[in-house]
Amino acid sequence: MIGALLEIAAALILLAGLVFLMFGTIGLLRLPDLYCRAHAATKCDALGAGLTLLGLAMMASAPGDALRILALIALVLVASPTAGHALTRAAWHAGVRPWTAERRDDGE
Amino acid sequence: MTGTLAGLLWGAVFFLLLNSLACLWRVLAGPALADRILGVNVIATNTMVVLALLAVLRGQGFWLDIAIVYALLGFTLTLVASRLVETGRLAFGERTR
Repeated sequence: MIGALLEIAAALILLAGLVFLMFGTIGLLRLPDLYCRAHAATKCDALGAGLTLLGLAMMASAPGDALRILALIALVLVASPTAGHALTRAAWHAGVRPWTAERRDDGE
Repeated sequence: MTGTLAGLLWGAVFFLLLNSLACLWRVLAGPALADRILGVNVIATNTMVVLALLAVLRGQGFWLDIAIVYALLGFTLTLVASRLVETGRLAFGERTR
């Protein structure tokens, strides 16, 4: 009984993570400039991958596997925002200007 | 692993592959170099999740080691490529800009 409930909870968490990964992809494809895209992609990536892996950790049969998946979650939660910040900071220093309503017509 | 849960996990694998295919559009279309790197970063995250899914599906722990190394490589790739965006070169030393 408890095992079945745990499996249902794990499946729901995993599905929520997949939905967040899909939001990240939609943001990456649809938003107007690099900074908006990085905003959507890095945050949805960290949360989506974290939730998906958390659901997987609840399903894993061996305790060692679950522990390694938790280590992977910690890695993703640290690495994804750091990578996004480094990339947008580099783009800012390289001269990529953000999108504004005034600059909308002369391209990106 | 077999049963309904395995079906859900296989569905998740194919969903994430389609997701990565959609991200490939941003890598191909650009327009800036940083946009392409961002797309590759998202694809790397999706691939890492696929590897973890396969670990649970097959019941083989070594896939998780591959997933951890893949995540670390994707992180390093993004940092190095950020350096390329900022300075136009990969080596350490004096900035050209």
